[in-house]
Amino acid sequence: MAAMALKRSRSFPLVLGAVVLVASIALIELMIRGGLINRFIVPLPSQIVMSFERIIVEEDVPARFWLTLREAFWATLLLIVFGIGGGALLHRIHTLRLATETWVAAMASAPTVLMYPLFLVIFGRSANTIIMMGFVAGLAPVILKTLEGLSSTRRVLINVGRSFKLTPAQLYWKILFPAALPTIFVGIKLGMIFALINIVGVEFLINFGGLGQLINELAERYDLPGTYAAICFVILVSVLFFMFIERVERWLIPGD
Amino acid sequence: MSVASLNRAHDGSAAVDPANAILVVDNITKRFETPDGVLTALDDVSLNVAPGEFLGVIGPSGCGKSTLFNVIGGLTDGYDGRVTVAGETVKGPHASIGMVFQEESTFPWRTVIDNVAFPLEVAGLAKAQRYEKARHFVNLVGLDGFERRYPAELSGGMRQRVSMARTLASEPKILLMDEPFASLDEQTRLLLGDKVLQIQQELKQTTLLITHNITEAVQLSDRILVMTYRPGKVKRIVDIDLPRPRTSEIVSSEAFGRYVAQIWSDLREEASQGMRDDETRTRQAGEKR
Repeated sequence: MAAMALKRSRSFPLVLGAVVLVASIALIELMIRGGLINRFIVPLPSQIVMSFERIIVEEDVPARFWLTLREAFWATLLLIVFGIGGGALLHRIHTLRLATETWVAAMASAPTVLMYPLFLVIFGRSANTIIMMGFVAGLAPVILKTLEGLSSTRRVLINVGRSFKLTPAQLYWKILFPAALPTIFVGIKLGMIFALINIVGVEFLINFGGLGQLINELAERYDLPGTYAAICFVILVSVLFFMFIERVERWLIPGD
Repeated sequence: MSVASLNRAHDGSAAVDPANAILVVDNITKRFETPDGVLTALDDVSLNVAPGEFLGVIGPSGCGKSTLFNVIGGLTDGYDGRVTVAGETVKGPHASIGMVFQEESTFPWRTVIDNVAFPLEVAGLAKAQRYEKARHFVNLVGLDGFERRYPAELSGGMRQRVSMARTLASEPKILLMDEPFASLDEQTRLLLGDKVLQIQQELKQTTLLITHNITEAVQLSDRILVMTYRPGKVKRIVDIDLPRPRTSEIVSSEAFGRYVAQIWSDLREEASQGMRDDETRTRQAGEKR
């Protein structure tokens, strides 16, 4: 009875997720201690946990965390503005869509991170380079998903708008855009993932900025527990962003 | 009473004098370009609808019922002929015509009250005013208590009632419904028919119902326009002389059964033609492959 009540409770999935996570970590700890995983490649999870305090104090993690978070925020903001704007433009201008859609799709699979020297020349060795690299890497999915969302709006909803004599602008803001929002959010989440990977990657490559640079430095010192602890902070940035975007999504699409 | 004495068959639009009609559909012909050539969907269709009348339009699948709906609603152009509402020619979507569509058309991101208030929001009414008015139409379709719910939380029949309330909130002179209950089960369809009758009687709303369901057409209509299969023409117009106010209980009456049988005998030939055409097209498509 108690087990059934627990399964029905709202917090059950959260508790289950936490239990699975802790069990997986414990399993890895056991595998390393048992010699199944080489401890010179993967440090003990307990060592990683112990190194959190050290790297927070000695490596100034809060400032680095904040810098990476800020870079991710600005890149995401640019993605939202230019990605949704670009998608809407391609939806509006059919010829432009026909001319560029394939290129935009091709851009999604291009390893733009390799273009970092060009961005260094344009923006200098600064956070701007990192933000722009993140933005460019995540742009294509946002454009494509916005275009897909707008194009797949059900015909009947558009006809409802037309029957109420909506102006083109009203049709866009009151029907097309809200109908496309669930698909647009898929694009934003994908874009954000690409952006964050590139932000940390470029920080690592150019040895500048936040958590990526810290990972680089700790790896060069062969401080494995510290390196993995820093990676955990990158995951934390990603989780925080995801939670924030999901909150915004639930607020904007309440009936979904 | 025999069917012959109950029915008066008409050719075209003779039943209502155009001078007294609120809606005049005058010699509408609509053709579509298809890969197999030009398809005439509507051929010289004329009909007049009196104010407050409930006209059913029935025909087999593919007879151009929805094309007629789109022409009257101003969603389709490029046709011959003329549609006028209260003397004004329809040249696109018209404020006097409210449309309820066959497909589910509520806005999933809006609550019931916000869906119903949509045309009032577009018209620029203040929030308090439009909510007050919307609440009246929500009550009218029997959805009071569900105002803050989202469409995803409602059944198919309730969602169609939201669509109907939304259209009624725009206070159209003519309510145009294209098979609004087509996706619902028979019992729900009959009960929603009662609701439509109640609303129509309360508002004295001129209503055009496009359907392929004979029972629904006879239950609701003052007159029924029977269409031919491709090209869609007016085959005949049948006066439904059943007492009002009506409810779904009327379906069990003898006169109702006679009307259904009479209209089916008109439709049977057309529906058979439609089936034969479908089979021929499928066979030809198979041979081409």
